Amino acid sequence: MAAAKAVHKKTTRPGAAGPEELQQQDGLMPTKVSLTLNGEAVSTEVDSRTLLVELIRENFIKTGTHVGCDTSQCGACVVHVDGRSVKSCTMLALQAEGADIRTIEGVATDGELHPMQEAFREHHGLQCGYCTPGMIMSALDLVKNNPDPDDREIREWLEGNLCRCTGYQNIVRAVKAGAEAMRSGE
Amino acid sequence: MYEFNYHRPASLAEAKEILAANDEAKIVAGGMTLLPTMKMRLAQPSDLIDLSAIEGLDGIKDTGSAIEIGAMTRHADVASSDVVKAAIPALAKLADSIGDAQVRNRGTLGGSIANSDPAADYPAAVLGLGATIRTDQREISADDYFLGMFETALAADELVVAVSFPKPKKAAYAKFPNPASRYAVVGVMVADTDSGLRVAVTGAGACAYRATAFEEALSSSLSAEALEGLTTDSADLNSDLHASAEYRAHLVGVMAKRAVQSLGG
Repeated sequence: MAAAKAVHKKTTRPGAAGPEELQQQDGLMPTKVSLTLNGEAVSTEVDSRTLLVELIRENFIKTGTHVGCDTSQCGACVVHVDGRSVKSCTMLALQAEGADIRTIEGVATDGELHPMQEAFREHHGLQCGYCTPGMIMSALDLVKNNPDPDDREIREWLEGNLCRCTGYQNIVRAVKAGAEAMRSGE
Repeated sequence: MYEFNYHRPASLAEAKEILAANDEAKIVAGGMTLLPTMKMRLAQPSDLIDLSAIEGLDGIKDTGSAIEIGAMTRHADVASSDVVKAAIPALAKLADSIGDAQVRNRGTLGGSIANSDPAADYPAAVLGLGATIRTDQREISADDYFLGMFETALAADELVVAVSFPKPKKAAYAKFPNPASRYAVVGVMVADTDSGLRVAVTGAGACAYRATAFEEALSSSLSAEALEGLTTDSADLNSDLHASAEYRAHLVGVMAKRAVQSLGG
């Protein structure tokens, strides 16, 4: 990954109403960030403080990724960064420079649900659905490294994804069924 | 978050330059502690120096007598490393018990030990296995490294580059995790090493420390029974909403016994 050598100065939030003279002061320039989002090369300008989840939701209007706790505990904001699940509320947008980001919007193909999404639907692995995008992104990372996880491995892996509705029974069932469907290439 | 300047230098030298030029600059490795701290406005660095673009700071290698792990190596990579699992399975298991999967995908060994959180897991391994911390300036023995709560022997301009863990004859880590965060309420690493029997405790005190009375008892007999009757003074131990100092003192003995019992052959 090429390093961004430039010093990213303090900036105001893009789109935020700010006095023009402030914008002209030294250090208050928005910084450009370029990355791949669901297979598409994109770039935009952000404040150094912008979180990855804010970049995804507010700059690119991909609102499938949710903010639950904003304290890296609940996992509603899980996305893949270079193939690994991370909590996008605890990563800066600028840290994603050059990265390959995949969100829940990048999981289905041509309008057809991914087997893991289909398994959550089939097994009713959700009630309100708020945690579901994070659950699915986390589950996909599990299955990548462990194609046939047992119940205990699924529960341990989902440690960082909180669901306040279901009690997890059907989520575990859904992940297991999704993994099976992925193994059989459905 | 307060505003800050973000830097992503391509070399250690460049990172040091930025660090030297800014008194209030902070290094970010995985950011699993620093970013939440900044979001709560408990930290206000003027500059954030991201080490992720510097080559050569991550990776795991077997040097024969030790396993050397780069400072920017993620917990998930230590946990899943065949090299670590073969030589020091207790270290891989410890790494796998940190936080949750997403924290392990971002968090780093160097970040953990540079921060020296009293409840972090890695300090128990570094101290328990008698590791050597390699910085950009020198080598520091684990025994001289942890000084206090969030305090280490690192100078203000010093960066951890790698940690070398000597291969023990056998080692085991037992922890009583906080059920929500998975931080160690108390964690104990017991290691039978070439330089003697070592017992390191995390979570209980201001920073990781060696339980020397336990070490002496286990040196004469490496069995859980050898620890019977030994108590831990709660006077200097941590007390918070998760556990009182007295409870932590009790847990030190329980976790030490569990670690000894899981040492195996």
